[in-house]
Amino acid sequence: MSANSHLDIGDRIQSNRVHGSLYHDEQIFQEELERIWFKTWVYVGHESELPNNNDFIMKSIGPQPIIMVRDKSGEIQLLQNRCPHRGNQVCVKQKGNAKLFTCPYHSWTFANSGELMGFAFPEGYEGHETADKSKLGLAKVPRVASYRGFVFGSMAEEGPSLEDHLGGAAEMLDRVCLTSPEGEIEVTAGFLQHKTRSNWKFLVENETDGYHPAFVHSSIFGVADSGIGALYSNKSTALARDYGNGHTEIDLRPEFRKADVPLQWFGTTAERLPDYVASMNAAYGEKRAREIMIDGTPHAMIYPNLFIAEIQLFVIQPVAVNETVQHVTALQFKGAPDLNRRMRQQTMGSVGPAGFLLADDSEMYERTQRGVQSKNPEWLFLGRGEQREYRDDDGFRVSHATDETPSRGIWRHYRALMEA
Amino acid sequence: MLVTEDSVENLVLYHSVSQFIYTEARLQDEHHYDEWEALWADDGVYWVPANGADIDPEKEMSIIYDNRSRIALRVRQLHTGRRYAQEPASSLRRTISNVEISVLDNGEIEASANALIFESNLRGEFVWAARNIYRLRREGASFKIAKKTVILANNDKALYTLAFLV
Ligand SMILES: [Fe+2]
Repeated sequence: MSANSHLDIGDRIQSNRVHGSLYHDEQIFQEELERIWFKTWVYVGHESELPNNNDFIMKSIGPQPIIMVRDKSGEIQLLQNRCPHRGNQVCVKQKGNAKLFTCPYHSWTFANSGELMGFAFPEGYEGHETADKSKLGLAKVPRVASYRGFVFGSMAEEGPSLEDHLGGAAEMLDRVCLTSPEGEIEVTAGFLQHKTRSNWKFLVENETDGYHPAFVHSSIFGVADSGIGALYSNKSTALARDYGNGHTEIDLRPEFRKADVPLQWFGTTAERLPDYVASMNAAYGEKRAREIMIDGTPHAMIYPNLFIAEIQLFVIQPVAVNETVQHVTALQFKGAPDLNRRMRQQTMGSVGPAGFLLADDSEMYERTQRGVQSKNPEWLFLGRGEQREYRDDDGFRVSHATDETPSRGIWRHYRALMEA
Repeated sequence: MLVTEDSVENLVLYHSVSQFIYTEARLQDEHHYDEWEALWADDGVYWVPANGADIDPEKEMSIIYDNRSRIALRVRQLHTGRRYAQEPASSLRRTISNVEISVLDNGEIEASANALIFESNLRGEFVWAARNIYRLRREGASFKIAKKTVILANNDKALYTLAFLV
């Protein structure tokens, strides 16, 4: 039993403060796996990662590996990497193309849609009552759904639909796709994997914490002559938004609209990307294209593990109560090769183990993880901006970009999931 | 071509290349950022691939893929005193060994070596292992680094922060 087991979840989460034990209590982590990671919709991968039938790629839901496959009929399947015979892992390759998975242990062979094709030495099972091939396939993630090419899985047989789960936050994924002249993103640049000795919730909260960039990232903003710092200043008109269901955003559009310069969101100009601008004008018409190129892509945290950071896609994977892996790649926009090249360049500079930004975020995660294990004051105070937050026209809570409206929304949803 | 013949000329070359590599290693270990930056050629490329050694860094994500101006930016960030992942700086000691050199057709020298780096930081103590490939250009009595590739042995796995100069 943990030191804080006298506190139930409701006692540990209040409207503007949370108990430090929620980040380091092993029992809480195990509960989270059951109530959040193995239940709610979790982002797994993108359809573009499997361009051909029979392609597969290793993904995860929480600590568990998941084989994401485009099966022989072109359907996306999410399979457990566990032989139903004695539990061996049937696939140890990161990606590839395979019609069949053969368990190396006793050579049971499965179709890439999961069905058991045959036993090795089948005589030993002939006439056996429960050796039913149709019941001994690779387990599938019970619910798989896709939105704009983003593939999510839920380990619960029943529950809210993906559309219900995304709610108003689905519009952020629409906005990501708008930056492509073909309305689609692609995930084709490979992933960096950056691990951090910290609880996953620190990462989720930090993604839409607009209070820290002015301080944690001042080193790079200062030397890179970057305009990003101003977006997160005290004087910024950018907003923090809570979409409900744990989804949150830092909405930088007010700042970009004020500047009214296409592609300023990406730190560049229309002159430097003439091919891209021409494709956007052709696809959307000049007026709409200009609006899209002013607004840019969102800074969006889809609960619990998909973070779109304008130009990057992050997948947050908890592997232990104090260990989290960030999988990160550059977003690629279909039909925008000149934009994509810069996306990759900037992404490599910013994120991953050596990134100008993320190395420092990760340093904060780890210091915070150690910090919350100190006894006093036990609680974290998340009240910033509570007194000035309001509802926008869609009914979502918004406040100044540096306010802790997103964190409070994340914890509100967390509590609902953990108490469900 | 790999330099294998034991001529005096080759031994001198092997010695001076090795010394240059050791100097670079020491400047990195001891966080002498400006002296380290001065070792680079104006068109230098600093590459730490991810997910193997044979990826195309123009198409796929690398851990570091710095051109010369980004190398300078990396150093400037370290100098701010607010590069928190290196504040305090990691305590480092590295061994570079198994040096082999080739002379390329354009006169540049390619040296390959193994690197084993011990890092102590706020998180704990860690060991990094890498295959280093240096492309060196003669300049006066010494060399400039035209390209340095650091192939971490575990670059296909999730890695902790790597904010020191590798
Ligand atoms: Fe950050």
